[in-house]
Amino acid sequence: MQTNSDNILSAVRIEKGFPGTKALDKVDLHLRRGEVHALLGENGAGKSTLIKCLTGAYRRDGGSILLDGAEVDPRDTFEAQRLGIGTVYQEVNLLPNLTVAENLYLGRQPRRFGMVDTRSMNRKARELLAEYELDIDVTRDLASYSVAIQQVVAIARAVDLSGKVLILDEPTASLDAHEVEMLFRIVRRLKKRGLGIIFITHFLEQVYAISDRITVLRNGQLVGTREARELDRRELIALMIGRELATEIQSVHPDAVEGETRYTFRNYGRRGKIDPFDLDVRAGEVVGMAGLLGSGRTETAEILFGAHRADSGTAKVDGRTVDLSSPRAAIRQKFGFCPEDRKTAGIVGDLSVRENIVLALQARRGWTRPIPRVEQNRLADLYIRALDIRTADREKPIKLLSGGNQQKAILARWLATEPDLLILDEPTRGIDVGAHAEIIRLIESLREKGMSLIVISSEIEELVAYSTRVVVLRDHAHVAELNGAQLTAHRIVEAIAATNGRKAS
Amino acid sequence: MKQKYLPLTATILIFVLSYALCAAQYPNILSTRVIGNLLTDNAFLGIAAVGMTFVILSGGIDLSIGAVIAFAGVFLAVVLEHGSMHPLVAFALLLTITTLFGALMGAIIHYLEMPAFIVTLAGMFLARGMAFVLSIDSVPIKHPFYGTLKSLYYKLPGGGRITLIGGLMLLVFAIGILIAHRTRFGTNIYALGGGTATAKLMGVPVAATTVRIYALSGLLAGLSGIVFSLYTSAGYSLAAVGVELDAITAVVIGGTLLTGGSGFVAGTLVGILIQGLIQTYITFDGTLSSWWTKILIGLLLFAFILLQKGIIHLSRPERQRA
Repeated sequence: MQTNSDNILSAVRIEKGFPGTKALDKVDLHLRRGEVHALLGENGAGKSTLIKCLTGAYRRDGGSILLDGAEVDPRDTFEAQRLGIGTVYQEVNLLPNLTVAENLYLGRQPRRFGMVDTRSMNRKARELLAEYELDIDVTRDLASYSVAIQQVVAIARAVDLSGKVLILDEPTASLDAHEVEMLFRIVRRLKKRGLGIIFITHFLEQVYAISDRITVLRNGQLVGTREARELDRRELIALMIGRELATEIQSVHPDAVEGETRYTFRNYGRRGKIDPFDLDVRAGEVVGMAGLLGSGRTETAEILFGAHRADSGTAKVDGRTVDLSSPRAAIRQKFGFCPEDRKTAGIVGDLSVRENIVLALQARRGWTRPIPRVEQNRLADLYIRALDIRTADREKPIKLLSGGNQQKAILARWLATEPDLLILDEPTRGIDVGAHAEIIRLIESLREKGMSLIVISSEIEELVAYSTRVVVLRDHAHVAELNGAQLTAHRIVEAIAATNGRKAS
Repeated sequence: MKQKYLPLTATILIFVLSYALCAAQYPNILSTRVIGNLLTDNAFLGIAAVGMTFVILSGGIDLSIGAVIAFAGVFLAVVLEHGSMHPLVAFALLLTITTLFGALMGAIIHYLEMPAFIVTLAGMFLARGMAFVLSIDSVPIKHPFYGTLKSLYYKLPGGGRITLIGGLMLLVFAIGILIAHRTRFGTNIYALGGGTATAKLMGVPVAATTVRIYALSGLLAGLSGIVFSLYTSAGYSLAAVGVELDAITAVVIGGTLLTGGSGFVAGTLVGILIQGLIQTYITFDGTLSSWWTKILIGLLLFAFILLQKGIIHLSRPERQRA
């Protein structure tokens, strides 16, 4: 056990209850100086409740918080910030319409003769960001920079304001691999400066890439704190979900299926979106799409579904040339598409689970032929059961469900239309490990039923697990296709990273 | 060029172009007399529009200013007619009342979490109603001090005059620009327009800022009322109907985003001048009905809304890809 002086932050026996539930039950967390400490657990395990207790967003019911050995009791996030605990959230909490410098110094702008001294503020901002390897024009609006840079600005502000403890709440969820690497370089540098860093994420690779220690919560209780080096992946997942699902993710590897080719795309593409590509999809096959963010994965999906009209090439279904110029046309061909960003492109938050599930089916029938309520109820109940969507009842507004359950409801929406080809864009992003495994199992069972699937995912190991073939994309082009023995995570990464491998396939 | 300067540049370009067109037809429009009159005639509207700019930048709206201007006129007329109060004292009293009135609306908007539209609509009826309570008739102001104030001017070469009220408007704009860009309060206004929840998380004193924004708008509406009473030498409770809408128009034509967070006080001045120029042109022409002013302003406003939509549309994919 470490002596107390090594800990920059200690939370001891924290308790927090909400009406009807115990969100945190005597949880301990010890954060050392200069360490990155991953805080893991499924959705609802109590991670965010614990963070909110530490940052004063919630009042804890019991337990104590020691910062630098002294007991503290932050009443709100400002006080926590003043004491030295800064937080950076997944959604960048800065103002897009202010300049970078204004965002860094909002509320504490340097003043001269009562007026804001813009020049000195900009100079200070440049100096501050230089420490983060960022050389940008600080007088431009924050919105003109990428999410990754905004994230770094948010970190710079939090560290500048607080300087002892930095809490990163899923900071990498919308970053691509390069950006994550940049962020990690900064985190390592802050670690050297002696900050204690709490890191929350769903990406286990990232946990191992950056963390020194791992604390796992489950159902509001502390499962344990381990050295990251000594805890292997399977064991970690077992700790998080409390059952041996880890093996399952690894073991499912479908045999190459020799169903007949149903979908044929030749020279299909759209200028400025995705270079023309050839693609065949057989019945009972999962075609994976791998590539970095912005490589053209999502564009491929959108063009297949008619969200963007193709300007070259032909599409054939069962040998017939078909028109896929709009989502309606694609739905008529029995295509289904679960987009990546379920909040903006998928769920209708205020509608009930039932209404969200029947939405696509109703749209296909046309509004003049409403689906009878009895049928709606039957469908909703069927899929709530089949996909194990955890909701109190089918009339609950979908926004009240957890991310994984929302994702399953959107899947249900497309399954209700009984599609022949289902396109899934990042079906497992931002959902917890348990739901993750269930979605993967679902993809498996759909494939076994003879459905064709195209799945886009950033998680390469996951793709390897369920795909029969994987198409690799880079710079808006399909650059390689891997199958059979070639289909390994290593080969995929190689294909993504290759610089002059345009003709690799 | 940075994108946020695009609407402002468009406004200035339109002003310069239309001025050039007018000058090509009526070279007299270039004289300093016309320019001086342009400032004097639009002084009350300009001063009120500065307050409106701050309100809109913060993401709100203030519908009460036209009614407050009318109230101010009637208040001054009645007080000066029946009392022995010196106009300067009456001015101070009036500004205190309208500032408190604005602050009260700001407090209601913030603490009761009511939409600014409804609260200031209620404020509009209240202020207009109070004006009627004071007097139903148009009351002339004959105080000698008014004559003194009206005779003050700065003579421009070429015979034009910057009157007291025209100069006051320019001063208000100058101070407004300083507040917007060189004070923490100014940055906080932009911050509120960018997103109240985020601004709050970043430590912006949301309550104080909201109250001060509407107090400032009330103060400037009161000042605008004083200028209006100097301009017309009377107080009438039915005066200045729809001035709030003209002010909103000037703000939007001036390149400020109606949803808040982006825009410039200086743009509003150009917006005022464009409106004034159209009116001047119609006066010069003499044959056109004055309703052409409204039609042209309407078209211009529509064009600017399209421009803003276009800019938002252009900037969005960039943000999504990021």
